[in-house]
Parts: sequence; structure tokens; C-alpha cells
Amino acid sequence: MLNLVSPSNIYFILEKIIKFINSIFFLILLISLTFALILSPPDYLQGDSVRIMYVHVPSAWIALACYTSIAFLSILNFIFKIKNFFLINKSIAPIGLLFTCLAVVTGSIWGQPTWGTWWEWDARLTSMLVLMFFYIGYILAIKTIKNESFAIKISSIIAIVGMINIPIIKYSVDWWNTLHQPASIRLTGSSSIHTSMLMPLLLMLLVLLLYSALIFLMKYKTEIIRMKKKNIKRL
Amino acid sequence: MLTKKVKNRILFLTLFITILVVFIFYLAKILNNNLLFFKTPSDLIENQNIKIGKSIRLGGMVKKNSIVATSDEIKFIITDFKNEIIVSYKGAVPNLFLEEKGVVAEGFLKDKKYFIANRVLAKHDENYMPPELKEVIKNAK
Repeated sequence: MLNLVSPSNIYFILEKIIKFINSIFFLILLISLTFALILSPPDYLQGDSVRIMYVHVPSAWIALACYTSIAFLSILNFIFKIKNFFLINKSIAPIGLLFTCLAVVTGSIWGQPTWGTWWEWDARLTSMLVLMFFYIGYILAIKTIKNESFAIKISSIIAIVGMINIPIIKYSVDWWNTLHQPASIRLTGSSSIHTSMLMPLLLMLLVLLLYSALIFLMKYKTEIIRMKKKNIKRL
Repeated sequence: MLTKKVKNRILFLTLFITILVVFIFYLAKILNNNLLFFKTPSDLIENQNIKIGKSIRLGGMVKKNSIVATSDEIKFIITDFKNEIIVSYKGAVPNLFLEEKGVVAEGFLKDKKYFIANRVLAKHDENYMPPELKEVIKNAK
């Protein structure tokens, strides 16, 4: 089992998964975009600007999910010193940053016509900005610190400290009065979003997930190649 | 697998995270008032310390049939279904500013019941539905 997840063996599996995702990605992208941009109805209040949500919401989810996994793997790495986790984190971080920026920017574009403002310092928006800074700090720590074991230590600390921010982002709209609306989709109880809009949202989530998986696998592959170039046989 | 070193690290991390959580929790509690993006009419009316003329944000629902627009001014009532405050505003309102919808007004209190807004933001709720469905719901009522 441990042999299977060692970087040298996993390399060939990665190749296969990348090829598979590549083969289905554009088809699913096309279907989802058709649903999101053409087939789904406009909102009764916002009109067509509701379509921004189909990118905004999945981006925010993926940004949070990426950070959670980085923090989780950082904790495991800190305790058990498994270097492979660091390679995985290194590959996840840019995706998380990308989607955080995407969520903030699309939210801003949506906020202008609906709220009447590009940016407000409300709890949800601010905590999302803080998440962005944690991502930037994390990536900078990896990139700028030359001594690798020190880089791992510093980046792990940043990731673990930033983990506190995740529940704050999630529950900021419930704990405090915010301009940002509360969650429409709840795991328990009924969602306040109509099925004809939930469908394209979930499809777009699938597309963006596939995209992030693709980027992650490609980056992870590069990291493994880089390791091998350094002639380190064992992790 | 759990050597002494590993156990020490787990202990250290648990302590670290616990302290961090407690710290953030108290920070949030202290800052609680500042973290609120807006105050509701009840907050303003029941709280004696609110200074008249101080810049604040007021949020709530726009009361039904309360919007009165004249040539240079728009007046409406913000309610949280317990208390209400009259708001007067000069300027353009966002598209989603409607009766019985959320709104946040930025400005100051002129007196206990009268608010002068410099800026009005619409607050969207979490409901998303196609226009046809809205008609159906409206007719059913």
C-alpha cells in the first residue's frame, strides 16, 4: 500500500489520470457552459447577472477546500514528517490562490450591479481577503526560503494558523450581520435555490473541480520530476 | 509508529491550536460590535449610547408601501419588524432596491427616528428562482 503512493510508482498512474481528464474535460465544459449561460433561466430579481454565481460559488468552495486540505496535510506533515505531503501542498496552493482571486473578483463584479458597490468591508468579504493573503504568504514562504526543511516548517505554520480563518469564512454570514447573503445551499434542510439553477451550479462545480484536479496532477508530476532530477531516490 | 518525538509534536500542535482558537475567539468577541456590518433599527432605538450625528450603517427591510420618491430625494422606512426608522436619501439607488427587500443605508441619525443616508446599498437575500416561479408564488398568495 505504501509502495503504491510512493512518488516513483504513482508517476505512471498520474499520467493515466491526466489523459483521462483531458479526454472528458472539454465535453463537460461545453455542456456545463450551455446550461449555465443559455439553458438556465435568469433570476426574478437580478436577471442575467445571476450567471456570475455559477463561477463565483464553485470557486469559493474550491478555494476553501484547497485550503482545508493544505492545512490538514500540513498538520500531518508536521507530526509525521512525510515529505510527500509537502509536495502535494506545493501543488495545491496555486490552485487555491487562483480560485480565491476568482471568487473575490467575480463577487466584486456581481456586487456592483446588485448591491451598488464593488467592495465593502463586511465580515465575509474581509475574511475571504484574509484567506487570499494566507495563500500568498504560504506560496511566498515556499518560493523564497531556500532551506527546504525551514521552508516546510514556516509554510506549515502559516497553513495551520490560517486554518482558523476557514470556519470564520463559512459562518461569518450567520454570526454577524453582513452585506453578503447567507448560504443558499445547505446540506441539511431545504435549499433556497431553484433546481433549474442548482443544476448548472453543480455542473460548473464539476468542471472547475476537474480543472483543478488537472492542474494539480500536472504540477504534482512536475514536482516529482524535480525531485528525481535532484537524484533523491527516497523521500 | 508513535515514538516519543511524534507524541511531543502532537502535544505541541494541540496546545498551539487550542491557544490560537481561544485567542481568536476572544478577539472576535471583543470586536463583535465592529464586525457587524450594519445595525438594525432595534439596535439603534434600544441602545442609549448611540450618538446622534455619528456615522453608522443601518440595515433591515424596506417597509411595504413606504418608498416616497420626490424630484431630489427618496424617503423610505427601514424596519426589522419590531422597530422602524425613516430614512431620507439623495441620489441613485441600486437596481435591487425594492420594497420588502433587504437594504443597508450608510449615514447618520438626525434624531431617534430619522436617518440621513449618504449611500444606499441593496442587500440581496439567499433566494434564487426563475421569474415564472415568482409569478406562481405570487398568485398562490
